[in-house]
Amino acid sequence: MTIRLTLYIAGNTPYADQAIANLRHLCETDVREEVHLEIVDVLEHPDRARDQKVLAIPTLIRELPKPMRRLIGDLSRTSKVLFELDLQIADPPGGQGGTGDSDNLPDGSDL
Amino acid sequence: MKNLSKLDIQAPVKMPTGIEGFEHLSMGGLPQGRTTLLVGTSGSGKTIFAAEFLYRGIAQYGRPGVFVTLEEKPIEIMRNVKRLGWDLVDLIAKNQLVFVDGSPDPIPAEEVGRYNLEGLILQVRQAILQIKADLVVIDSIGSLFHQFSDTSKVRLEIFRITEVMRELGVTTLMTAERLDEYGHISRHGVEEFVSDNVIVMRNVLSEEKCRRTIQVLKMRGDVHSKGEYPFTISNTGITILPLSAMELTQESSNDRNGTGNPDLDLMTNGGIFRDSIFLVSGPTGGGKTLMSAMFAAEGCRTGEKVLLLAYEESREQLLRNASSWGINFSKWEQEGLLRIVCQYPEAMGLEDHLLVIRREIQAFKPRRLIMDSISAMERVASVRNFREFVIGLTSFMKQERVCSLFTSTTPQLSGGESVTETHISTITDVIALLRYVEINGILRRGIAVIKMRGSQHDKRIREFTIDGDGMHVGEPFQNVQNIILGVASVTPMRDSDRFEKMFE
Repeated sequence: MTIRLTLYIAGNTPYADQAIANLRHLCETDVREEVHLEIVDVLEHPDRARDQKVLAIPTLIRELPKPMRRLIGDLSRTSKVLFELDLQIADPPGGQGGTGDSDNLPDGSDL
Repeated sequence: MKNLSKLDIQAPVKMPTGIEGFEHLSMGGLPQGRTTLLVGTSGSGKTIFAAEFLYRGIAQYGRPGVFVTLEEKPIEIMRNVKRLGWDLVDLIAKNQLVFVDGSPDPIPAEEVGRYNLEGLILQVRQAILQIKADLVVIDSIGSLFHQFSDTSKVRLEIFRITEVMRELGVTTLMTAERLDEYGHISRHGVEEFVSDNVIVMRNVLSEEKCRRTIQVLKMRGDVHSKGEYPFTISNTGITILPLSAMELTQESSNDRNGTGNPDLDLMTNGGIFRDSIFLVSGPTGGGKTLMSAMFAAEGCRTGEKVLLLAYEESREQLLRNASSWGINFSKWEQEGLLRIVCQYPEAMGLEDHLLVIRREIQAFKPRRLIMDSISAMERVASVRNFREFVIGLTSFMKQERVCSLFTSTTPQLSGGESVTETHISTITDVIALLRYVEINGILRRGIAVIKMRGSQHDKRIREFTIDGDGMHVGEPFQNVQNIILGVASVTPMRDSDRFEKMFE
């Protein structure tokens, strides 16, 4: 199954950095499938923000598989991201229990 | 620190909107380069106002505009205003209008962390720069609170949006919802950020009729009319009726118009002034409609256009009654001198009636106007509403220099004051009272001119009769008191008078 994600950011802001880092971490550690990720900076491509009606930054859109899913925020609520993107979750390294459900919110708040 | 002389301390310039009556209400329009908040309950007309502001700004004043829609889809807005003859598609094609579509998606976005609304701000900025827009409409800003759950973030972003607008120097109209007609200014306290200029639109149910009003709540650093002004939404958009703001600066005329009755012309010292308003008050069956018909006939005879607004009788009744006095309305209608409009007072609200009358006058351009009767309008509105209607109507007649005759039905046979007269008598220039007079068990008719601005008039109460030729005014009543002010009573003749009469 191909997974195509597009992340809309507006310049190198802390939110953008956080979102990219969180997404990378997810893809590397938690997700079993192959993920095609495109990062769109709407400062350079404002027409793409208009086409996808991107109001909030960062916005992550799952283009494939259908139906389309839309997430907003810096992706710090990891378990919710995984749930909403409906991704296959890889076994955690070391065979310990748990499914990578540790959110790395900076302020420690949870779902 | 900035150089003080460079700071913008200019008072805001007002920019006309083209919305009928709004310039009057706001004393010039919306403050240029500023953001104005337009609040109202659901269905109060905010989106129409916003769309009209943008459409007229572009079409009439050549100012490109951006429509940021956060609630309805652009296609829905374009479709809705198409009925009003506003072709937004054409404006888009001409690069004078750009939509920024921020309408909510059927599947809401999930929030998974911190975010801001940079995407929206960027799109708005981009759209403004793309067509060098002067105007921006954001409808409705409150919708952001429904689309995004982080309230404090949304507030901050709204503040940032207004900052961007200020920086780009565009004139912005932002709409926001409110829950009560007379409660908090807006639902989410948007006015805390956009507080310089606030307009409130209301849709209040009063006396079983919807009454739409608009009010300029504040316009910082500038003057504006206070109070609520009725408005109506018709097939040409919004029309605000600037009632109590009417200006009594009309030039007056010395030309006189005949009343259609030579006796009455004599009583009024040669007829009534061309730009005056003539109120005829009387009980039912008292001769008011006859006086209207004579007044109309006189106009048509002298080649003046006459508009006859009938609220109590049908066309057929009117024509039949007139012909019974030898007046042929149909002939004048065919000649284009007379226009008869019959309408039930209940057919619409008073604002709409007023609009219809204004449109009729503007289209037909009559020199005389008859309203039979104005008191029929009392029953479809509250006293306050009626009063505004009368003021709006009379000020418009004066502006258009239409010589008008209004009839008013008194509640009792013996006369008495009706609501109409209470509100209208100070505005009218000539008042004639028609009254029944009971003398020795016989009802006789009396007429008196009780007021005539700027002219002498006969102050006696005269008897009149009605026959197949119309109305005949006779001699003043002798020895009868309280004809006008109460129940008429006969004073005993003095002996000397009786003595003289014996030899007549």
